[in-house]
Amino acid sequence: MNKVRQLDDVIEDLKDGATIMLGGFLSVGTPLKCIEKIVKKGVKDLTLISVVNTYPGKYDLYETGGFDLAPLFANNQVRKMITAHTGTCAEAVQAMKEGKLEIEFFPMGSWIEKIRAGGAGLGGVLTPTGIGTLMEEGKKVLEINGKRYLLELPLRAEFAFINGYRADPLGNIEYRGIGLNTNPTIAMAADYTVAEVNEIVGVGDIDPLRVGTPSVFVKAVVQGYTLAERQDVFRDMWVKTGRIKVPAAAE
Amino acid sequence: MEAKDLIARRAALELADGEIVNLGFGMPTEVANHVPAGVNVVLQSENGCLMFGPTPVLGKQDADIGNAGGQPITLLPGASIFDLATSFCIIRGGHVDTTILGALEVDQEGSIANWAMPVAPGKYSPGMGGAMDLVTGAHKVVAVLQHNDKKGGSKVLKKCSLPVTGKGVLKTIITEKAVFDVTPQGLVLKEIAEGLTPETLRDVTDADFTVDPGLCRYRLPN
Repeated sequence: MNKVRQLDDVIEDLKDGATIMLGGFLSVGTPLKCIEKIVKKGVKDLTLISVVNTYPGKYDLYETGGFDLAPLFANNQVRKMITAHTGTCAEAVQAMKEGKLEIEFFPMGSWIEKIRAGGAGLGGVLTPTGIGTLMEEGKKVLEINGKRYLLELPLRAEFAFINGYRADPLGNIEYRGIGLNTNPTIAMAADYTVAEVNEIVGVGDIDPLRVGTPSVFVKAVVQGYTLAERQDVFRDMWVKTGRIKVPAAAE
Repeated sequence: MEAKDLIARRAALELADGEIVNLGFGMPTEVANHVPAGVNVVLQSENGCLMFGPTPVLGKQDADIGNAGGQPITLLPGASIFDLATSFCIIRGGHVDTTILGALEVDQEGSIANWAMPVAPGKYSPGMGGAMDLVTGAHKVVAVLQHNDKKGGSKVLKKCSLPVTGKGVLKTIITEKAVFDVTPQGLVLKEIAEGLTPETLRDVTDADFTVDPGLCRYRLPN
């Protein structure tokens, strides 16, 4: 079995109106090459499921301009977003004001558990988070042993795009650092999971205990930036957006 | 000293040695710079690590090591990395001792509003991120905010006007003018800034409060 595909071919299957999940957290652990291709293909009316919105700083990585999730909103490709936070994306907030974008908020811990439930075949999860807030609206409240919980329903997507460090052709994924974040959960909750990785290695090269997402969840493996390229992107991005100070002598 | 700086310094006194701590963004992030000597806390970043350290110097950053604000961080010896679901097991499951969160408003019932500003009727931004889980699961929730808005209106209210992040969840409220404990009987004034009396504080505070018999001056770390 060989799940390695060309990214262009994978994105060819993505149609207007699709529901997609993106792994990553403000660009760390985010499948940047996949997003770049989705932006260039220009698919519209997407329902986008991402834990937060875009990296909070202007940086031009894609040839279309922009970085992380921002171009998807600048190009009006998203009809609905399901997230815990959108304040980092001025384009999204503006689209929401104009009625072009619907945003459905969930507390971050509920958001990830809904997706875990979606991947795990559960009918939902009970959480105390959100009791006594707007989150209660339209949801079932269950009392268990005298404590009130909200029923949060499972969440799935047609496509999940995750980011990993290494993959083998079977689709086993090894993660690296805090780039782990939402990726292993999202990987389980889509009909078609695409893993963008820094490096594609041979079967048997990843220690079984280091497999963060077992191959069973992955349909396609695509080559992303190499680790060295990704390090260069983030070094440049963090310097240009003022997150790392350059010593005077090094300028 | 600027109000924000005062608040961050005072909030650092809320942390005890050995605690697992989650700091929100903005003013709370600054609290880490003022933790008193001898107090060692374990900081959590909710995107998936425990025991992170300062911002790296150029050349020591790693594309896969960033915090929940998208900024590069370093990991201290003893750090751990985990996925987001595990991170919120730590938060919701009661494994965080103290969280310090910025607030738009707080009220005398111990509610905090910090996620929703109206952008259009029924539509809000920026979103709650991990704050709703933190106020639900952390043992001690501390709100930090400036006492008054730019027009002088009180942000310490009888009742929050914005959608709340959590109802009755606060233990302590810290502004640049005062420190309040939240009790079942309401707010209790514990510390007050130089130049203010409980009476003059009432003039700039919407919430009702009682005065602790041991009321003292606003404390700051040495």
